Amino acid sequence: MSDSGRTSETILRVEDLVVKFGLRGQVLTALRGVSLDLREGESLAIVGESGAGKSVFTKCFLGMLDANGWVDSGSIMFEGQDLAKFTTEKEWLRIRGKKIAMVFQDPMTSLNPLRTVGSQISEVLGLHEGLRGDDAKSRTYEILDQVGINDPEMRYRQYPHEFSGGMRQRVVIAIAVACNPKILICDEPTTALDVTIQAQILDLVKRLQEQLGLTIIYITHDLGVVANVADTVAVMYAGDVVEYGSAEEVFYDPRHPYTWALLSSLPQLGIKGQPLYSIRGTPPSLFADIKGDAFAPRNPNALAIDLMERPPYYKVTPTHYARTWLLDPRATPIEPPEAIKAMRAKYKRDAQ
Amino acid sequence: MTNGAREVLLDVKDLRVEFKIRGRHPFVAVKDVSFEVYKGETFGLVGETGSGKTTIGRAIIRINETADGVIRFRGEKINGEIPKERDRMVTQKIQMIFQDPMASLNERAKVDYIVSEGLYNTKNYKDEADRVAKVEKALLEVGLLPEFASRFPHEFSGGQRQRIGVARALIMEPEFIIADEPISSLDVSIRAQVLNLMSSLQKDKGLTYMFISHDLSVVRFIADRVAVIHRGEIVELAETEELFKYPLHPYTRSLLSAIPTPDPRVEREKRVMVYDPRSHDYSQDKPRFVEIRKGHFVMGNTAELTQYEAMM
Repeated sequence: MSDSGRTSETILRVEDLVVKFGLRGQVLTALRGVSLDLREGESLAIVGESGAGKSVFTKCFLGMLDANGWVDSGSIMFEGQDLAKFTTEKEWLRIRGKKIAMVFQDPMTSLNPLRTVGSQISEVLGLHEGLRGDDAKSRTYEILDQVGINDPEMRYRQYPHEFSGGMRQRVVIAIAVACNPKILICDEPTTALDVTIQAQILDLVKRLQEQLGLTIIYITHDLGVVANVADTVAVMYAGDVVEYGSAEEVFYDPRHPYTWALLSSLPQLGIKGQPLYSIRGTPPSLFADIKGDAFAPRNPNALAIDLMERPPYYKVTPTHYARTWLLDPRATPIEPPEAIKAMRAKYKRDAQ
Repeated sequence: MTNGAREVLLDVKDLRVEFKIRGRHPFVAVKDVSFEVYKGETFGLVGETGSGKTTIGRAIIRINETADGVIRFRGEKINGEIPKERDRMVTQKIQMIFQDPMASLNERAKVDYIVSEGLYNTKNYKDEADRVAKVEKALLEVGLLPEFASRFPHEFSGGQRQRIGVARALIMEPEFIIADEPISSLDVSIRAQVLNLMSSLQKDKGLTYMFISHDLSVVRFIADRVAVIHRGEIVELAETEELFKYPLHPYTRSLLSAIPTPDPRVEREKRVMVYDPRSHDYSQDKPRFVEIRKGHFVMGNTAELTQYEAMM
């Protein structure tokens, strides 16, 4: 899949996006000039810790920023329009749900407990496709069947509490894909689910992607999920994409110290009985101006320039780039942590 | 586990926990579960949502009443009706760390009070100066500064809050800590900090842990032995590496097959096995929980056990 994703066209282009929030008289910069291309048909995973700006970033594509937030500068180009310039709800309704849809983390809170599952799906069909009555009903049966819910006629009349967590998430996915959107954003789609169910839901999303030709953005902090679903990976830290590349490039040959730290702190890569690699400190406050590389204060090998000037993107390959001074030809080479080296070596061995 | 003479700290025999629902049959959350926890080890308890893993933990610290069975701590029975001093001993020697550090700390109390609450309840301090000293020591042990005592929980990050949760348990000088999903709600980079903290405290103080989790990759890293629980029953129990090498019960195998791995090639090849409880035919031959090889227990009937033996 990753190869076909390479050649296809850009469906969404974000350039220098800056998003700010007003909070108790202070201004918080949630996104600090993010640029990203999304290619048609690919699966992009946005990885990062809480507060890195992953959710805020994708909410900009849907006009769903909280009332105290605004797009300060930059553009989001989609089908010849700049979504960042949208101001009215009317404009957004042509995009949200219809062209770009979203699956939220917790199916318990994103479904209405007082209405039947069927009516919640056919509501979307009525709003966006103008389907009513029996037409809407029979289409809903089809969609329920498509997302792997057996006995759609009976399930149509049931309420969310009669569904298990995994089944409920299938309903949420059904609502999201009901109008054949171009882009599907999955915000932590499996975090609330058990591992075996999680695998089933990810398989379902992959199948729908093939059937419906969807472009998918996954937001997640679970690197296992990323490895499973992503063609390309964007690593976010403190409101910025610090590394971007194909899944193989980011997992097997990461270049940004933050990506190193993130990967090597995973228990899967740790050695039993020895301490895990851990990142000291906490992410920077987004209220303050961030000088230099945002990760520098937590990076034991930070260069002098990391604290002074923000690094540009350096290209590792045509599809892989990272925002770190380490890639500058003048920088003294620094060895990545052991776990990263082991991963790199294993990958090289497999390639031969 | 090669020597059979390891000291048993906690012994759970045929534990049964029921929840009474008015007008209906009681719901059996834990069905005749038996296991032992050795002194100084980390015992992992793995299962999915609703499998009863938390209920077992809560039954041990006497939050949930037990319907049947015996729980012994250092050889003394600690469930059901017990003398008052022993109840106090349980309160002090067995502590719990909870999943969500946002929800488990009192928002309106200062860290000083939160950490000392156990001391207040058991009056386990000489005077005010002694209490303050104990709080200070506990905070330092978990890597927080003593001056944090005068702050409120909301002033801390998730990882720091979980450290407060650990400090609150440590101040009681426990022997046994039940950690219920202690890192599930934390960010990846913070998880490593908390896991490292727990390991180093275990080394320094000779603590015994029961680590309750749904995340097998974390359990594999931290636990010496693992019990897999499904719908209130332990279906398999073994040393960690043994369990990962020779998973016997179909439920264990399904769980292992679903573990997410941070490696794209492995993940794309991954085939998840689906466990169907109906695949067992227990109509004639009832299942038993049997030690199939030293230290490796599995649930099955005669036919299944023969099959499991052939798999090893």
